[in-house]
Amino acid sequence: MTDAAANGIDQDLVVHLGKLARLELTDVEVEHYTLQLEQILGAIASIKDVAADDIPPTSHPIPVENVFREDIAMPGLLQEDFVPGAPSFEADRFRVPRILGEPT
Amino acid sequence: MSDLIRQSAATLAAAIARKEVSSEEVTRAHLDRISEVDERVHAFLYVDPEASIARAREVDQQIAKGELSSPLAGVPIALKDLLATKGVPTTCGSRILEGWRPPYNATIVDKLHAAGVVSLGKTNMDEFAMGSSTEHSGYGPTHNPWDLERIPGGSGGGSAAAVASFESPLAIGTDTGGSIRQPAAVTGTVGVKPTYGGVSRYGIVALASSLDQAGPCARDVMDTALLHSVIAGHDPRDSTSINAPVPDFVAAALNADVRGMKIGVIKELQGEGFQSGVLERFNQSLEILTELGAEIVEVSCPHFQYALGAYYLILPSEASSNLARFDGMRFGIRVDDGKNRSVEQVMGATREKGFGAEVKRRIMLGTYALSSGYYDAYYGQAQRIRTLITRDFEAAFSKVDVLVSPTSPITAFKIGEKLDDPLAMYLNDIATIPVNLAGNCAMSLPIGLAPEDGLPVGLQIIAPAMADSLLYQVGSALESALVDRWGGLLISEAPSL
Repeated sequence: MTDAAANGIDQDLVVHLGKLARLELTDVEVEHYTLQLEQILGAIASIKDVAADDIPPTSHPIPVENVFREDIAMPGLLQEDFVPGAPSFEADRFRVPRILGEPT
Repeated sequence: MSDLIRQSAATLAAAIARKEVSSEEVTRAHLDRISEVDERVHAFLYVDPEASIARAREVDQQIAKGELSSPLAGVPIALKDLLATKGVPTTCGSRILEGWRPPYNATIVDKLHAAGVVSLGKTNMDEFAMGSSTEHSGYGPTHNPWDLERIPGGSGGGSAAAVASFESPLAIGTDTGGSIRQPAAVTGTVGVKPTYGGVSRYGIVALASSLDQAGPCARDVMDTALLHSVIAGHDPRDSTSINAPVPDFVAAALNADVRGMKIGVIKELQGEGFQSGVLERFNQSLEILTELGAEIVEVSCPHFQYALGAYYLILPSEASSNLARFDGMRFGIRVDDGKNRSVEQVMGATREKGFGAEVKRRIMLGTYALSSGYYDAYYGQAQRIRTLITRDFEAAFSKVDVLVSPTSPITAFKIGEKLDDPLAMYLNDIATIPVNLAGNCAMSLPIGLAPEDGLPVGLQIIAPAMADSLLYQVGSALESALVDRWGGLLISEAPSL
């Protein structure tokens, strides 16, 4: 199998990725990104065979561990601080579009 | 004091401290310069002259009362527009955040405020810091002060151009794959990417959390050392912030001495793909370092050839996750046609309209790399290569004190030239990316103009993690030798605009 086939990029996959990523892509974009993702993944395909399984993955350049502090109340953000930045706010809550029901 | 805008931050701070000039006068001079040239440069997305002047007056009063003794008190600064600034628009160069005013300050912003550094405004950038030309800004490109038809680098092109065009003596940038260093290189300025964890990321809108690091931009090495000292240090609000004392960067910059030092040249970061004038200036700098008493050694970092590939899987993966928060529900714009759409449809429409092409491209790439069936082959492999690159650095630093390379393989290119060729664009960061993957520190400083196009060339110095002081020591030694030859900083050769 060639790398081009191995990465599985086609228009259906790009549409699916757009859904997962919450991007309402246009047809032109789907065509464009299919081509470009194919190109980019083709160019970086060589990395797939470089590191053996016994090489540990690095997720972070420095060791990351939980940081604890004393449970002391400290001033935080007030509602009045972030309400002006919200697209829609009502009765002390962020107002959002409906979350149930079939898409129209 | 004459020609305030052409002075260094150190000179301005000293004059302000001696009360020879006020912060208000210095701030006004820079605001005047911004109104004179920024229509053409477009380094800034937001300026509020009245607020800057009011703050400068406050600082003048604090200095008069002896309440402020910071080494940069009264000096103006420009802030990259992904630093959260309370009540001040913060767009990250994206339309999706148009009009948003954060409810809190980034730690860096608080530190600068406490040090009496006066903000001039927010600088342009590639959208969410994705790019190396600032053409991917949702608000139009920034222009390189050396040639207004060319790019100023990116993503922090606005910060670099503000400093290079004498609109500000200092700026803050962030560097995820080269976004401080590559703009510094192509604008003839100095930029430093500190060790990962050396400067708090709290309040910096995240691109790739394991790679992002904020740092100083200025016109000379000492000014970056001063600014780095002000913004560095442990922050309990950033769990990746290193809890260790901040080294004396200013003392390191004053100790401009490379005698007996071993300087490694990375074999893999020269030759093919590097412009001839860039290599010519780079080799000249090596000769100068030898004359100054350093020993030049060639080292090999065999896995650097895979750095770009690993980076373009790790970065999009982290970015696709970080940018999920921009959904039009709690802040930023919301695109809703009022036809009883579902939350998914509104999010999809908002993100489709709010994000630009490069951001969408990388979100798609990251979503792909993290999806089941491809995770191990791509993201998992990229993380293993990250380990191999870190080991390459460790091996190199067992032989040499610092490493050097050209910062950018080419000088500033024309606006539009690479806009629709993402792969060509990504190559700009080929020499800077390994440093972010390993989390160590690096500086870019100007080393001359490429003979073929007369545009600035930058040299990158790389030091081990936590050894940022070495950057300032080596950088100031090379800078002072070059300034002796040139009779001044390279930036004084830039067109007056």
